[in-house]
Amino acid sequence: MTQLALVIDLNVCVGCHACVTSCKQWNTSGSAGTMCDDNPYAAEPTGTFFNRVQTFEVGTFPDTETVHFPKSCLHCEDPPCVPVCPTGASYKRKEDGIVLVDYDKCIGCGYCSWACPYGARELDEHEKVMKKCTLCVDRIYDKDLPEQERKPACVMSCPTSARLFGDVHDPDSEVSVAIREKGGYALMPEWGTLPANHYLPRQKTKLHIHDDKLTRVDNPLKKEGRLSTDEDGPFLEDVTTW
Amino acid sequence: MHPPFSVIFLTTLIGAGQGLFLALFAAQCYTRLENIPQQTGAFYAYGSILALTLLTGGLIASFFHLGHPERAWRSATQWRTSWLSREVIVLPLFMLMVFIYGTLHFFGINPPIHATVAIPKGGLTIIVGVIGIITCFALFICTGMIYACLKFLQEWHTPLTPINYTLFGIASGFSLAAVYTHVQQSPLLGFMTLWAIIFTVFAFFTRGASLIRNYRLKHKSNLTTAIGVRHNQIQQKAQGAMGGSFNTREFFHGKTAMFFKSVKWIFLVLVFPVPIALLSLGLTNQHMLILFVLAFVLQYLGLIAERWFFFAQAKHPQNLYYQTI
Repeated sequence: MTQLALVIDLNVCVGCHACVTSCKQWNTSGSAGTMCDDNPYAAEPTGTFFNRVQTFEVGTFPDTETVHFPKSCLHCEDPPCVPVCPTGASYKRKEDGIVLVDYDKCIGCGYCSWACPYGARELDEHEKVMKKCTLCVDRIYDKDLPEQERKPACVMSCPTSARLFGDVHDPDSEVSVAIREKGGYALMPEWGTLPANHYLPRQKTKLHIHDDKLTRVDNPLKKEGRLSTDEDGPFLEDVTTW
Repeated sequence: MHPPFSVIFLTTLIGAGQGLFLALFAAQCYTRLENIPQQTGAFYAYGSILALTLLTGGLIASFFHLGHPERAWRSATQWRTSWLSREVIVLPLFMLMVFIYGTLHFFGINPPIHATVAIPKGGLTIIVGVIGIITCFALFICTGMIYACLKFLQEWHTPLTPINYTLFGIASGFSLAAVYTHVQQSPLLGFMTLWAIIFTVFAFFTRGASLIRNYRLKHKSNLTTAIGVRHNQIQQKAQGAMGGSFNTREFFHGKTAMFFKSVKWIFLVLVFPVPIALLSLGLTNQHMLILFVLAFVLQYLGLIAERWFFFAQAKHPQNLYYQTI
């Protein structure tokens, strides 16, 4: 069984929004129709996005760090939005686990958006149907594209490679290895939705220097006379020349 | 949650319609069992028309909630998993039963059913009525479960939700039935009024219980589980949209805390003590139609406020991603 998903590395994400714009560009130009975009250059720009980057500040000044947090549909393995749909427009594909909306069946009741704890679904206010991340289903299987481009638009555009794409059920895939070895976690695990998308935590590389590495405890050059010791054998200090 | 008025009118109108049908059928059984003068067929027929009007009003209101009402027929397909789909099936079914019930009474078609020993002096209308009652309660359950089944909307995820929907519907239906019996000069006025008071008192206790429950509710999700960063001090600096989005409009009521609190007290006063006082006065002053009309109208307005509060009080976990609304 395949479960395609994204793994987002918060350690690397710089919050540039390239994934947001490339996602919108690809998906608004697709066969599924445009994603609305009102007042794009005016005071109150608003519209439909499948992917958004939010920014959080963790800690209290001056001891703070900034976390950029890209947020899209997590393609849950047990998606709560699917069973509530009254028309069957929301469905999870058996072959690759992508959660999709059939825009021709959706009646725009909004019930699935209530049923998603992550707020991943947005009602397109012009087309009046529910929209969400498709994992670029119209890209990843496109035989006309070169093989290395058969990835979601957000993954292609990420300048820091913070977004990985692959099958999280395959233990040897890039995404599974990353989740396993870098402590990948799911969002809101308390609801049992089993999100397929995972996030890699921020990690700090630290050099641990102890005091005894800076100052020798038994520094022989600073101290006159033999070191007080009961043993007879030669010491390192006796045989090395400084 | 942002309270959608289409759904507020849908749930309050069909609730009153369902309650009115229950009241009519209860009256029919009551008159048979207690040897009270039988009501005319027209009494039940016009009552059914009134109930059907409310149900139709609710149904029309529900269409305003849809982005594509022309595709609404599709929503009957997923009854295996979706409570919304089940409601979509049961509501027209119930309306059909009310229609048949009213039609049978209007034309006086009530052939005795001898097989049913359990129902004394029962006729075809009793059988239709019983099926109507079953669909009526099924509809109450479907309506309530639409909200109660969403487990992470913790304010709604309780058996009290369908119980409240049921009791509010029955209470307002009996209040309306009191007005109706008054207009029809029926001796059932006291019966309807008394039961309207009783159901309003029941609803007071169950709604009170859910208010207390929600007041003490501890939310399972917080910003730490939402973004997976373990820290007590997390501030949101950007929400991913400058001019707001569907997420900032659909899941927040957008009113001040003062307004929110006022609505709670308005519904607590209008739904419970006011109708109970007016109906109790009506019991001793049965000639004063205005008491009964006021009781129903004020209770219905209160129920609109109650439903608004029901939505506004629910805190969707997605709001954690939108900290600065």
